Amino acid sequence: MAKKARASLWPGVIALTIANAYLIALLAAEQQALIIALLATGIASVIAAAWLGLLVSVTASFADHEDALGGCAIIAALATAAFFHENHFVLLLVITVMLYSVATLGLNVQFGYAGVLNFAGASFFGIGAYTSAVLNAQTALPHLLVLLIGGFLAALAGSLLLLPVLRTRGHYAAVVTIAFALLFKTFLEVNDVLGGPQGLQVKGMNILGWSFNDNIEIGGVSLSFYMNYFAVSLLLLVGTFILVRRLERSWIGLNLDALRLDETAASCFGLDIARWKITAFLIGNFLIGVAGALFGMVGGFVAPNNYTFADSLILVSILLLGGIGNPWGLLVATIIVVVVPEKLQTIQEYRFLLYALMVIAVLLFRPEGLLPRPVRRYFSGWRP
Amino acid sequence: MDAGLFAQYVMNGLMLGMMYALVAVGFTLFFGVLDIIKFSHGDVLMVGAFTALATYVGLHAAGMDSNWFNLVVMLVLATLAMALLGMVIARYLVMPLRSAPALNTLLITLMLGTVLRESVRLFYPQGANPKPFPALLPRSAIDIGEFNLRLDNVLMLCAGVLVIVGLQFLLNRTKLGLAIRAVAQDEETARIMGINFTAVVLITFAIGSGLAAFAGVMNGLYYNEINFGIGLYLGVIGFSAAIIGGLGSIYGAILGGFLFAGLQTVGTVMLPFASAYKDVFAFAVVIAIMAWRPTGLIREKISERV
Repeated sequence: MAKKARASLWPGVIALTIANAYLIALLAAEQQALIIALLATGIASVIAAAWLGLLVSVTASFADHEDALGGCAIIAALATAAFFHENHFVLLLVITVMLYSVATLGLNVQFGYAGVLNFAGASFFGIGAYTSAVLNAQTALPHLLVLLIGGFLAALAGSLLLLPVLRTRGHYAAVVTIAFALLFKTFLEVNDVLGGPQGLQVKGMNILGWSFNDNIEIGGVSLSFYMNYFAVSLLLLVGTFILVRRLERSWIGLNLDALRLDETAASCFGLDIARWKITAFLIGNFLIGVAGALFGMVGGFVAPNNYTFADSLILVSILLLGGIGNPWGLLVATIIVVVVPEKLQTIQEYRFLLYALMVIAVLLFRPEGLLPRPVRRYFSGWRP
Repeated sequence: MDAGLFAQYVMNGLMLGMMYALVAVGFTLFFGVLDIIKFSHGDVLMVGAFTALATYVGLHAAGMDSNWFNLVVMLVLATLAMALLGMVIARYLVMPLRSAPALNTLLITLMLGTVLRESVRLFYPQGANPKPFPALLPRSAIDIGEFNLRLDNVLMLCAGVLVIVGLQFLLNRTKLGLAIRAVAQDEETARIMGINFTAVVLITFAIGSGLAAFAGVMNGLYYNEINFGIGLYLGVIGFSAAIIGGLGSIYGAILGGFLFAGLQTVGTVMLPFASAYKDVFAFAVVIAIMAWRPTGLIREKISERV
């Protein structure tokens, strides 16, 4: 049988270019009418492209040239940042998208691969953020180390939940994490050491004397201080993305998939259920915690109200909307979920309501999400 | 501790327990007929309480000043409205997902809970703030030492007991109850016996949601305040109570509700920094109980659901 020709790289590159240009236009738009028009155009063109069958070649291109297109995506992110190099607000938005992506990638390892429920994502995110608040203020630890410690503490807090999470499944496991989310927020509110309901200030990042909260001047071009954070966030996102993709393709990912699909069968084949659930849960929490720690430093402020159960549900909504288990889908979904309400000020207040309604619609009409996870490719060039 | 104070704590515990039990019974009923957990149950309770409050505001504006009349109208309206809401939820959100993975039901009801919560927060006039709930029951009290026995608490407790006894009667002594128990035990056989499955499920959801509305009004009368967040709180606690008692058994749910309230009261008394950490303690207990007995104190028995 003749080997199938690899799909062309170009559809992916073109799609990425168009999407990035669109994103820049959306981020740059100021008037509400223009934003609404842009959003409507975007939705219409995606539907039209799907109807004309253009998306099929884009998907094939992404499947065959993932590494090259990943590189293009990094260039696209850099181009976006360069375009807005002086605009604090847009850069902050881009950083938020990237850090939320890291957090949902962590959630994806737990939820999408191992099938371990976690409805306390925002709480673990908050643990990371509070870690950086406390450590930056009280100690002189290098700030990159603080990020790692944030991740470790989130994983440590997660390990407190291990026993109930391992012993329960389905609805029962969901309640454990929901209870933790409620407990965490109440705890932050009533406790005085961590600032109570008012929260804490977080000192900005500083690496080897390079203060991240100062604007940059390079050869007469002034850059927003958020460019520093952008660089770190981009590195974190790329690192996490590669890690999660490798994890998925490796035998670890295979084990996690087996575990999610049928625990009984998996254990019959000699997989240690508890071991893999613990691995996935802790890796996921670590990633969420690191993202949270960096986000705390970016925002400069942490308060209990940013880490509520509703925020955890938003993270889960991103996962469902993007298509559980598909990291590329997660990126798209995070951009939609974070950017749209920020730009469309009228719906900002209603965002929890809208996301909840959106997830209900997704569950009823398209349970696999916008970009469903493709079938695992066991050999390169192999297509089901 | 002197006897009066002790009695006071017991009374508070009983009131809490009654509310938790009413919520837990709902969870157990739904689990019985459909084998699902409806996470929006607590928020249905909250919407019920707000419906009652809105009714009161309406009646008050219309010049009705009889407390008893207002209370009855509020209860009836809230219960009926929530029963209807429960049926709509079952028909359009829960039943269509019967063949989907259980996770989807869980998510859809969680998200529905968010929709209800956010709708009240955004669309009820000043819904984001706690709302005062009118004290409609006579508040006269008898002082026995340090123990202050309030008439309204006694009335609420009696009403709660009556509701539970009524539910018990409905389930065990009527044809409808027989149908519900049959569906809970074995759906297919029940269908073969000519039971209208959809109707029974809808009625069960109506009953459970009506109970939630009752508990919501009770909650409002007890604390004299309601806010849009109580649903999530009571929902999680009610669910834990249902699990403590072993999902699927009504007695278990009632027992679980009172047990949980007992634990919470003991926690409040024992811990010196008490009241501020009351909720932290309650949720820690939920997690600990899950770790200790994942399927409840009374183990789930398939043949004894409902």
